[in-house]
Amino acid sequence: MKILLVDDSRTMRNIWKRVVSGLDDCEILEAGDGQEGLKTISENGPVDLVLLDWNMPNMDGLTMLKKVRENDKTTPVIMVTTEAEKLRIIDAIKAGANNYVVKPFTPDALKSKINETLKKASQPA
Amino acid sequence: MTEQATEKIDASLVKAFVYSTKNVLNTMVGVDVELGKPSLRHDPQPSYNVSGIVGFTGDVVGNVVISFTGETAGNIVESFCGEKMSPQSEDFSDAIGELCNMIAGNAKKEFGLNAGIGIPSVVIGAGHMIARMSDVPCVLIPCKCDVGNFAVEINIKQVACLTAEVK
Repeated sequence: MKILLVDDSRTMRNIWKRVVSGLDDCEILEAGDGQEGLKTISENGPVDLVLLDWNMPNMDGLTMLKKVRENDKTTPVIMVTTEAEKLRIIDAIKAGANNYVVKPFTPDALKSKINETLKKASQPA
Repeated sequence: MTEQATEKIDASLVKAFVYSTKNVLNTMVGVDVELGKPSLRHDPQPSYNVSGIVGFTGDVVGNVVISFTGETAGNIVESFCGEKMSPQSEDFSDAIGELCNMIAGNAKKEFGLNAGIGIPSVVIGAGHMIARMSDVPCVLIPCKCDVGNFAVEINIKQVACLTAEVK
């Protein structure tokens, strides 16, 4: 399984890495902003899951999500962000986010959202 | 701050930081934070040598500084990242910045306003100064926890409420 982690904070990506490293056959790709995230997808091909921060330099997570969804409606994307207001969550869901985790989070809470998202994505539409 | 503040700071903005500081430190670092009596800070020097600074935009403007002693910052980074780091390493600043980002983001949600936060900056070293707004007071909340002391320095004001979110 290929998982792309997009956050400008390396600390946060390391925390996510520890959480997803428990998943079977996991290949982790990393990007520090939305632009890098799009480049990583175009260079490495489709991924099976994206964990995506919102506030980043160069290109924010919402913009990246919208660009991903122009060509790809199915790859599960979980926004993991400090943006916790209802209207922001609605914006992200409208843009195509499959799930939403507000920072701070416990590793168990993130793991559970990841499992829930992957399970839903594997079910026939 | 040399000029006299002419406006009052909204207590609800300060309360939001009380909640978010405790919540973020407890969830991400595993420590209970005890808050002391708030006071006003009248000079541009932060309380301690390590500053995580987050700017606010939109309906709320100004900045908030989470000011740590070097020792506290080191202990917090170690618990947050799971390893000891040198204050000179980029990852040390990154970790402090991310914690401050979470504290500001959580507080922003409590405001119930259309506010934005900037990418956090981290400054390390004795004698640095913070550019603050002079028309609102800077409220200092002393904090202590098992890993040391730090302070939250809040210098923000609400500039509009027409875009307030429907709760």
